[in-house]
Amino acid sequence: MSFSKELIKGIWKENPIFILVLGMCPTLAVSTSVINGIGMGVATTFVLICSNIAISVIRPYVPDQVRIPVYVVVIASFVTVVDLTMSGYFRGLYHALGLFIPLIVVNCIILGRAEAFASKNSVTLSIADAVGMGAGFTLALVMLGSIRELFGNGTLFGFSVFGGGYEPVLVMILPPGAFLTLGVLTGVFSAVAKYRSKEWRKYVSQDLGKAAVVRERI
Amino acid sequence: MKEVIRLTAVLTVVCVLAGLSLSYVSQATEEARAYQDRLELLNSLKLVLPEHDNEPDNDAAVIGDTIYYRSKNGGEINGIAFITSSDKGYSGPIRIIMGVKPEGEIITIGILEQKETPGLGTKITEDWFIDQYKGKSLANARWAVKKDGGEFEQISGATISPRAVTSAVRTGLEAYEKNKQEILGGSDVVQ
Repeated sequence: MSFSKELIKGIWKENPIFILVLGMCPTLAVSTSVINGIGMGVATTFVLICSNIAISVIRPYVPDQVRIPVYVVVIASFVTVVDLTMSGYFRGLYHALGLFIPLIVVNCIILGRAEAFASKNSVTLSIADAVGMGAGFTLALVMLGSIRELFGNGTLFGFSVFGGGYEPVLVMILPPGAFLTLGVLTGVFSAVAKYRSKEWRKYVSQDLGKAAVVRERI
Repeated sequence: MKEVIRLTAVLTVVCVLAGLSLSYVSQATEEARAYQDRLELLNSLKLVLPEHDNEPDNDAAVIGDTIYYRSKNGGEINGIAFITSSDKGYSGPIRIIMGVKPEGEIITIGILEQKETPGLGTKITEDWFIDQYKGKSLANARWAVKKDGGEFEQISGATISPRAVTSAVRTGLEAYEKNKQEILGGSDVVQ
């Protein structure tokens, strides 16, 4: 397991949203605009990196029986740090993300990475894992956020894209729009993943091979 | 038994460490948070109050649960700002800051907090909706939405939100009228 491999996997192969389907609650709720997506993504990534580092550092000292409570305390502490910092320095974003900042505590991605990765790997690899997973999560939120904001509000980053005559497709900003967009994007991700997989390539090349044989006979 | 003690010890150490570091972060960000709170208040006061040369957030009268911020120009009170709210919003409370002239006429209002349906109820934050309340007082307006026999526009598909705003503003004005003497006369700063 190399550093770069752990870094890349979160973005594509094991994307937390589109492939692992973790952390759906904040994903669906805050992806109404690009800015919200970036804010939530960065906040979650920060917590993820800190908790992965802390947990991989303390892992030799934590008995198995109490590991989950320890992880939760560690994660909740970092979330509170984010909450206080945002409230002090990024008030606008703090209001926009609202309740979903404290809810990072129960985001499955973070506890999931703590349990599945940081508790079994070295600090360096855990950082790579956290950065990759955080980037994948942020990327997914930004994709969802830009599609929903573009069609639901006619803007990107708050700037008008289609001009004044555009009638926003309201449903895209509302909760159903989150499910629709997520469904379509997950579908696209799976289709591309399938297309790129070895079995598919083998299948296609076999097929092409047959076609070539047929052509030769003709 | 020995095992139990070990587990308890580990948990205790982790919790104490977490608690200590959090109290440190809380202290370190306290000033910044207080500054943001004040900035927020000042911004919303600036929104609804006329030109003034005092600090309205330091010149306030507290009556009941409401804080009345007085703005003064050359020592003369020229506006009062206060926050009113309604729990009759479509999804969650609506908080409104209003600025009134001393005689009870609305200068303007501002929506501070609302969780209405995007695109429908959120139209209460748009300028055309806010503007209808400018210059209105208890005496010169019928305080209800058109559907209920009043004069304020309702929003098609979301009557509940304008209704909540209108009733909150009316309640605010009524409370102001009732305590007018105290608000304008009382020079005692209660804060």
